[in-house]
Amino acid sequence: MPASPPTPILLVETLSAVFSDENGDLHALQDVTFSIQPQEFVCLLGPSGSGKSTLLRILAGLLPPTAGKFTFAGSNHLRIGMVFQQANLMPWRNVLENIMLPLELQGVLPDQARRRAQEMIELVNLQGFENAWPRDLSGGMAQRVALARALVHDPNLLLLDEPFGSLDALTRERMWTELSSIWQKRRKTVLMVTHSISEALFLADRVLVLTQRPGHICLDLKVDLPRPRTDDMRYSPHFGRLARKLKDAIG
Amino acid sequence: MDLNPFRRFALSSRPPERRRSHWTVLISLGLALLAWEGTAHLAGLPAFILPAPAEVAARFVKSLSDGTLLRHTAATLLEIVLGLLVGTLFAIVIGYLIAKSRRFERLIAPYLVATQAIPIVAIAPLIVIWFGPGMFSKVLICSLIVFFPVLINTVVGVRAVPRSLHDLMRSLRATRLQILRYLEIPAALPIFLGGLRIGATLAVIGAVVGELVGSKQGLGFLINAARGQYDTALVFVAVFTLITLAITLYGVVAVLEAKFLKWQETPHP
Repeated sequence: MPASPPTPILLVETLSAVFSDENGDLHALQDVTFSIQPQEFVCLLGPSGSGKSTLLRILAGLLPPTAGKFTFAGSNHLRIGMVFQQANLMPWRNVLENIMLPLELQGVLPDQARRRAQEMIELVNLQGFENAWPRDLSGGMAQRVALARALVHDPNLLLLDEPFGSLDALTRERMWTELSSIWQKRRKTVLMVTHSISEALFLADRVLVLTQRPGHICLDLKVDLPRPRTDDMRYSPHFGRLARKLKDAIG
Repeated sequence: MDLNPFRRFALSSRPPERRRSHWTVLISLGLALLAWEGTAHLAGLPAFILPAPAEVAARFVKSLSDGTLLRHTAATLLEIVLGLLVGTLFAIVIGYLIAKSRRFERLIAPYLVATQAIPIVAIAPLIVIWFGPGMFSKVLICSLIVFFPVLINTVVGVRAVPRSLHDLMRSLRATRLQILRYLEIPAALPIFLGGLRIGATLAVIGAVVGELVGSKQGLGFLINAARGQYDTALVFVAVFTLITLAITLYGVVAVLEAKFLKWQETPHP
């Protein structure tokens, strides 16, 4: 008996987004269709202006789609964890309090919230910085706090909007390794927007390529590199071939 | 009508710098007192024009022991505190609505600007005529004068909340009330407290202006009464009490700032 195909956790069907302003209509997305399986790490790759952030904002409920629909399955209670391009921490809350925020909004008791936030601190290796103020953190540390905050309430879907875009190259590559190992421990379903080919290949199970505006998906590439991924893989011929395919698709 | 021109009125609140040394202040105060005492004696002015510090001090002790000073100070302080509360409360509610709704802003802004164009001193007599020489008219004048700076800073503070943090709250499915409690109030607090700091000192002015126009008690009344009896030393006592009141209120807001805005302090002084 053949195994039945797993139900996707997220199903996006012919989604379109049009913004109207005085210059006329701007077609950001057109007929975007794809699905994500539970525990899959999917990267959304595209040039700037391809509407990839718009897509993420629609899925996060920050923008309404103009046409089409998206459905989340498997859970009545959809919890989203989101990491933005900037760490987006509340400057009046210390590191631990920032991580506790999603739990407080859910009404989790303070003691329990504190304990779970503390676990996240350990997950992202920020022990000793619990009481630090956001303004005293480096860019990489702030982004790790943001990641911990996005994970603390055990979301069904993690949306990452170019989370390492504002970091320097070395920090960014260190964050790839960390995110990769966190993902292996937690196995969250992840949808991550990026414009970096190596970032997408290093992290994802699948890469979706969005075209220039109006954005639609022109390539759905399975990344069959073994896990855990290492730095060395990035210089292997196979990595190069995959990168080439993505590059050609972006055009 | 855009509220942007008001932006320059909004002072962002940074806790005032700690005094380097109390000695400098004490020495400067001592020198000022000496100069005053010297002027009073050398110029040979009569006490009803310029009483010497020693006379003022004696008058202070006397007014303190017979209860006059405390009674009038308590009356003024009550007016100030009530006026500050009422003015701030209205300013917060209306300021929040203005910040959240452009339509409400367009509706109300012309009236706000008009009320600010009228000097409070000019309408204080009207208010006293309408509402009598009792406490109510003073509280009203106080709250009117406090209202505007607190309102402007509330508007600017709430509008300054970063969009990106609103996005974060919405992605976490926060309710309107949660957004208010966890985001808007703490984010607007620094600028709001800056407005409250100005409001607190203005409230003192409001109370005294009201009392000078017509009242039966309070430090403004005391000044008027003492002037009528050429008791200039008592005028000085009342004035210094007012200064002390204003500085104390300012200090209270500064303490609030230190308590709530710890995260703003510069790490290495």
